[in-house]
Amino acid sequence: MELVPALARWLHILAGIMWVGLLFYFNFVQIPALKAAAADGTAAGIVRHIAPRALLYFRWSAVVTWLAGAALLGGQFVAAFTLRPGYAAIGIGAWLGTIMLFNVWAIIWPSQQKILGLKPASDAEKDRARRVALLASRFNLMLSLPLLYFMAGGLTHRAAFGL
Amino acid sequence: MKNPLDSLWGTLISGLILTAVLAIAVRACLS
Repeated sequence: MELVPALARWLHILAGIMWVGLLFYFNFVQIPALKAAAADGTAAGIVRHIAPRALLYFRWSAVVTWLAGAALLGGQFVAAFTLRPGYAAIGIGAWLGTIMLFNVWAIIWPSQQKILGLKPASDAEKDRARRVALLASRFNLMLSLPLLYFMAGGLTHRAAFGL
Repeated sequence: MKNPLDSLWGTLISGLILTAVLAIAVRACLS
């Protein structure tokens, strides 16, 4: 096993676990918990102390996952993204991951900055940001299912082993 | 019609359907 692909694969999986793990945490735990916490007035702790930390690791692990995945593809990067014969499976996975990364940085994070008060926003803008962030997060959760299917399949794929 | 992404179950079912559609499409491309 060559060193660079081996390290890239290891880092891709490590960072991917953190990214998708936090995505699952947001959707399965934090969003429902915030609704319950808002009802009994205890949401401030989650918003102030947990959400910012989770979002920090979430958005940067997304970047590391994508970069390590690109390094793992190496010279087959273009073949994967253009879905050349034999690269369709890993290519679909790569596109899904790229769309998810875009969602994190272009939609979820700017919305969360307004929700968490890191960026000035009116109450109406915060309400809209909550809706946008929820739908973008759910959209990424939806995409994570085929993403993981194709990425797991990609482990036996020629792009992973350079066959 | 309700947005399926408004609920966790709707999101997961949408993800499963999307997985099946893409898997079939990729299989068709590979064969």
